[in-house]
Amino acid sequence: MDPIILFFMLGLVAGLLKSELRLPSAVYEFVSILLLLSIGLKGGVELALQPFLGLLPDVLVAIVIGLLLPLVAFTVLSRLGGFKRADAASIAAHYGSVSVGTYAVAAAWLTSRGIGFDAHLPLLLVVLEVPAILVGIVLARGIFSDTHWHKVAHEVFLGKGIVLLLGGLLIGWWSDPAALAGIEPLFFDLFKGILAIFLLEMGLIAASRFGSLRQYGIFLLAFGLAMPLFGAVIGAVAGTLMGLSVGGTMLFATLIASASYIAVPAAMRISVPEANPTLSLTASLGITFPFNVLLGIPLYWKLAEAVHAGLPG
Amino acid sequence: MDELKPHSRKLLTIVTEAALEASLCRDLERLGAHGYTITNARGKGSRGKREAGWDSDANIRIDVVCDDATAERISTEMRRRYYDNYAMILLLSDVQVLRPEKF
Repeated sequence: MDPIILFFMLGLVAGLLKSELRLPSAVYEFVSILLLLSIGLKGGVELALQPFLGLLPDVLVAIVIGLLLPLVAFTVLSRLGGFKRADAASIAAHYGSVSVGTYAVAAAWLTSRGIGFDAHLPLLLVVLEVPAILVGIVLARGIFSDTHWHKVAHEVFLGKGIVLLLGGLLIGWWSDPAALAGIEPLFFDLFKGILAIFLLEMGLIAASRFGSLRQYGIFLLAFGLAMPLFGAVIGAVAGTLMGLSVGGTMLFATLIASASYIAVPAAMRISVPEANPTLSLTASLGITFPFNVLLGIPLYWKLAEAVHAGLPG
Repeated sequence: MDELKPHSRKLLTIVTEAALEASLCRDLERLGAHGYTITNARGKGSRGKREAGWDSDANIRIDVVCDDATAERISTEMRRRYYDNYAMILLLSDVQVLRPEKF
């Protein structure tokens, strides 16, 4: 059993038993800043070693998936689930975007097994954050609404996630590799320890969402489990066709399977205020995040292997 | 000793979701508040519990000291724009200030 998964379960159990344990919000903030920067830096260092233009087709594929996935989720939620338009649009945006925490766990899973992955996955992570937010807002409001797009753009592009991931990427890219050795102990060597503390807090947060799960019932539960599986299949097929390695395909599938809980909730709260944030956060944090971390990641590895064996890569 | 003579003002306290901070600050300045104080907060209300553990789970408390007319303008605007969709409460009280030119 991987210790970081056990940290997550410790958080879940402590939360469910109503333990007094609370991480100060400044600690959570710091740990998530370190994670975002580490992922960005690592990607930047690797990206520096390859030509940039070759990556454009993969970036385009990521954008297209990020635009289409929320449309599927929206249709399912409003037609089958009977959710109100704003709620369906907001949940769809969460599922079309990605979770950095889930990505970090999947990357650590690969690394601890000595499996490599393609260098530009962190770049695809950044790219996938954005399109679903815009689709979600348009689905809720219509395209000619009075949405203040400059405010939305500010919220999306200057939010913590994008600034730190992209900032880390650029720093890693432009830095002299020899000089990077000085910051490696903090950002690379301590990565798993930092991830462990992050997951402890995520366990506590996920547990605090279980209460509202009872209230919103079986459809949301089914959606929170089925949507990541659907996303993983799309991601695994797309990743294989893009020519990613098996490790890269698994990470891409995990990204498509994951649901956002940082960038999208903040953007939706401002842009689609009538959507109930409890619904989307219960689904993404209470169901999908624990599912992906505990069961999804090993499953997506098997899926990536199977698709690679079946499709010409 | 004119500086020691107290002057009457209103203290308007807004407790709301941290997500609103940037847009509230713009509103307050536009509506004529000369300043405000923001503190992080957590608590429980009709829209559930906010424990400030992470980004979307945090509250803020904004204190604004201003004259009666500004307090009226701000509370009308808050009611109009935010009451329906956001967790928000407003408290209004009379306070005495010692440096009236600041409010």
